Amino acid sequence: MKTRPSISKAELAEKFRSFIDPDFVITDNETMKPYECDGMSMYCEMPMLVVLPETASQVQQVMRLCNEYRVPVVARGAGTGLSAGAMPHKEGVVLSLAKFNRILEVDPLARTARLQPGVRNLAISEEVAQHGLYYGPDPSSQIACTIGGNVAENSGGVHCLKYGLTVHNILSVEMITAEGDRVVVGNDALDGCGMDLLAVMTGSEGLLGIVTEVKVKLLPKPEVARVVMAGFDSVQKAGDAVGGIISAGIIPGGLEMMDGYAIVAADDFAQAGYPRDAKALLLCEVDGTVEEVQEHIEQAENLFRELGATSVKTSQSEEERALLWKGRKSAFPAVGRISPDYYCMDGTIPRRQLAHVLLEMEKMSEKFGLRVANVFHAGDGNLHPLILFDANVPGEFERTEAFGGSILNLCVEVGGCITGEHGVGVEKIRQMAVQFNDEELQQFHDLKVAFDPRGILNPGKGVPALKFCQEYRSLEYKQHDHDTVEVAHG
Amino acid sequence: MADESEALRKQILSARKNNQKLNIVGGGTKDFMGRTADSHAETLSLAEHTGIVEYHPVELIMTVRAGTRIADIEAALAEEGQCLHFEPPRFGDASTLGGTLACNLSGPARPWTGSVRDQVLGIRLLNGKGEHLRFGGQVMKNVAGYDVSRLQAGAMGTLGAITEISLKVMPLPASSMTLVQDMPMADVIRYMNQRAGESKPITGAAWVDGKVYLRLSGARSAVEATAEKWSGEVMEQGEAFWKQLQHMTHEFFQGDAPLWRFSVGSTAPNPELDGPMLIDWAGSQRWYRGEANMAKLESMAKPAGGQVSLFRGGDRSDEVMHYQPEALQNIQKRLKESFDPDGLFNPGRLYSWL
Ligand SMILES: Cc1cc2nc3c(=O)[nH]c(=O)nc-3n(C[C@H](O)[C@H](O)[C@H](O)COP(=O)(O)OP(=O)(O)OC[C@H]3O[C@@H](n4cnc5c(N)ncnc54)[C@H](O)[C@@H]3O)c2cc1C
Repeated sequence: MKTRPSISKAELAEKFRSFIDPDFVITDNETMKPYECDGMSMYCEMPMLVVLPETASQVQQVMRLCNEYRVPVVARGAGTGLSAGAMPHKEGVVLSLAKFNRILEVDPLARTARLQPGVRNLAISEEVAQHGLYYGPDPSSQIACTIGGNVAENSGGVHCLKYGLTVHNILSVEMITAEGDRVVVGNDALDGCGMDLLAVMTGSEGLLGIVTEVKVKLLPKPEVARVVMAGFDSVQKAGDAVGGIISAGIIPGGLEMMDGYAIVAADDFAQAGYPRDAKALLLCEVDGTVEEVQEHIEQAENLFRELGATSVKTSQSEEERALLWKGRKSAFPAVGRISPDYYCMDGTIPRRQLAHVLLEMEKMSEKFGLRVANVFHAGDGNLHPLILFDANVPGEFERTEAFGGSILNLCVEVGGCITGEHGVGVEKIRQMAVQFNDEELQQFHDLKVAFDPRGILNPGKGVPALKFCQEYRSLEYKQHDHDTVEVAHG
Repeated sequence: MADESEALRKQILSARKNNQKLNIVGGGTKDFMGRTADSHAETLSLAEHTGIVEYHPVELIMTVRAGTRIADIEAALAEEGQCLHFEPPRFGDASTLGGTLACNLSGPARPWTGSVRDQVLGIRLLNGKGEHLRFGGQVMKNVAGYDVSRLQAGAMGTLGAITEISLKVMPLPASSMTLVQDMPMADVIRYMNQRAGESKPITGAAWVDGKVYLRLSGARSAVEATAEKWSGEVMEQGEAFWKQLQHMTHEFFQGDAPLWRFSVGSTAPNPELDGPMLIDWAGSQRWYRGEANMAKLESMAKPAGGQVSLFRGGDRSDEVMHYQPEALQNIQKRLKESFDPDGLFNPGRLYSWL
């Protein structure tokens, strides 16, 4: 499949300029520079060129040309991705959807909104607030990230235990296929006939099609939401408390955990009034009707106390609720302040393995000589270990990557997976070989061919070539045997 | 309680060698669905491939073999105060979870609690090469690799034999209550959508025979307070009504007249048809009984933002599912080829061209 593009940069640019505003066909290095990476800035590459179409039919023409000449195409939303999924291909085109930034239609009665893919996640909820509605999935990057990127990554947020991921909150997408067909998958109904192509598109990381329109479901805003904050003197106790809440039949709107490092960093940053001596902190948000919230808050407070919380505090006002969340939502930048760089991991584990995984991570932290802070979507087992490092110290990023890789292997070992919401991209492509065997990976490759026969959409991402997998797996064994850290730079 | 996957794999390999087509069957309670099964095909039965593989109530996750009966799953869940809250329809005691996922069947709570597809976290699948593959996982969130698990929803076994399913389970609601009142069909779409747009614990909205039914479930205090506020009379035995919708035992579904399912936008006007209708899912799912021309119904479903299918009865040798545009047909044909290169599984069951 891997043949080189059969067209030169100048020729392709000229063809694009015949139907796209020439100012938005970018070929000079200086203007292309901001596109060289996404939120995972350790992985960079300069593309052949960048193009910013503004209509779906222009996207169609771009795709037809790229397919004809076998030019790789990397779609790009806001570039906040954390797995280098939007990192350019050096012989390819970056197709930015930045100009697709319009909210096309809001239907308050049907509780739906039709959006161009470049609309920012938060802008949806802001727009529909006047109707008492909001869009469920709320990634921490929601000020910046786009709905097209959310679809491509199947993004989640702190509220997805109760309200689901992107895949649960969209009705249809219009997309341009690799061959330039314009199709709609899904419809205004809840279920359709035939294979669920919408599900397979969601989370496909730009490898199966270019999303040019998204129809989302909207939810009525809960009457009220309150947060209970509980501090614990051990992670194990906090983990048990999470299980306790869920066993009691309460499905919180959000249920987040932070460990000691993260608590202090977030509290320094946000002055949220967190118990700074706690080893683990839970934020448990209950939302719904006034009566329901009252009933569940009391239950949650009692449960946390019974299960050994050293402090329990419940928000008494909207301001207080916002402040308690501010600490959690700014945990990444907060940790960024206590270290020159940090590397955010995204494994998911069965919750019952939490204490074991955190303990193992502590050991690894010692072994690799790097600190790690943990924020955790505790309700659904999605860990975000933040490895603290300094990119200016030679070898430290390589050690960080190796540490990260070991964490992901551990997640798979305990029955979890390598990524809960950030995607595989380039960054976790080697660990795919740990989670899947060759037959499974081959099935993924074959599936891609059904959408993209010539393999032009985001090649080299998401699913590894099989020959690299054997190498990686044997390298991992070597590491286990000799306990040496040596990983080829990705 | 047996793992029959190795025997199933062998049967697939030998079918492949002998160019023998296979009809995948779970409990056989959904034989009436889809197009008429290929009479020359051999049965690949999942009925003995049963058992709960893992269940962790505190994690809200269960893993079961695909031939496990829904009834057995629900019994195990009930012991822990949990349930399958997509309310799987059962067309007989033998209904299995595998068949439910393959047909993507969910009950009246679907708009609020999600569908079977929404709850699926991972599967194991035997493809047409006899490879036993694992996709997704046993955790709530997993975006590694394409979502092959949910792709199966509605595929009706055309991509392979689902052998194992991991899915999210939920606590049983603490209480529920049904409100009923008279309402003409002309007013009901707007009414149901308005109610669904309120932040109240609604988990059902249906209309049949001139009456609208709303179900509330969740914390007792919230259910009671909402019932106070909303119009309609509290229905004794309300839950029995929803069970009749879920399992299609309601009188509306009786008899031999063809049963059509419109899956449309929740606010779309009702299609102008003479026969009886039942509206569910706050307007997103509308059932119609009567002889009709498929193309004509398709032309009604499309502007309503959705699709129509001939759910039961009628002529099942022709297409029974809403047509697919050519580009989507091509993608599905190629997908089929990627999973089942020799076209072994359920030939022509979903579409004549698949
Ligand atoms: C501080 C911070 C916090 C974050 N918190 C969260 C979080 O809580 N939860 C979470 O899930 N993620 C989180 N993320 C990750 C990231 O924001 C999400 O993955 C987001 O969905 C990416 O959107 P984007 O528009 O920036 O996409 P990009 O980064 O531009 O692209 C991401 C991928 O999508 C593809 N893509 C983009 N647009 C399209 C399109 N129209 N059609 C086809 N493919 C397309 C790209 O090719 C790429 O593979 C966080 C990131 C940061 C920096």
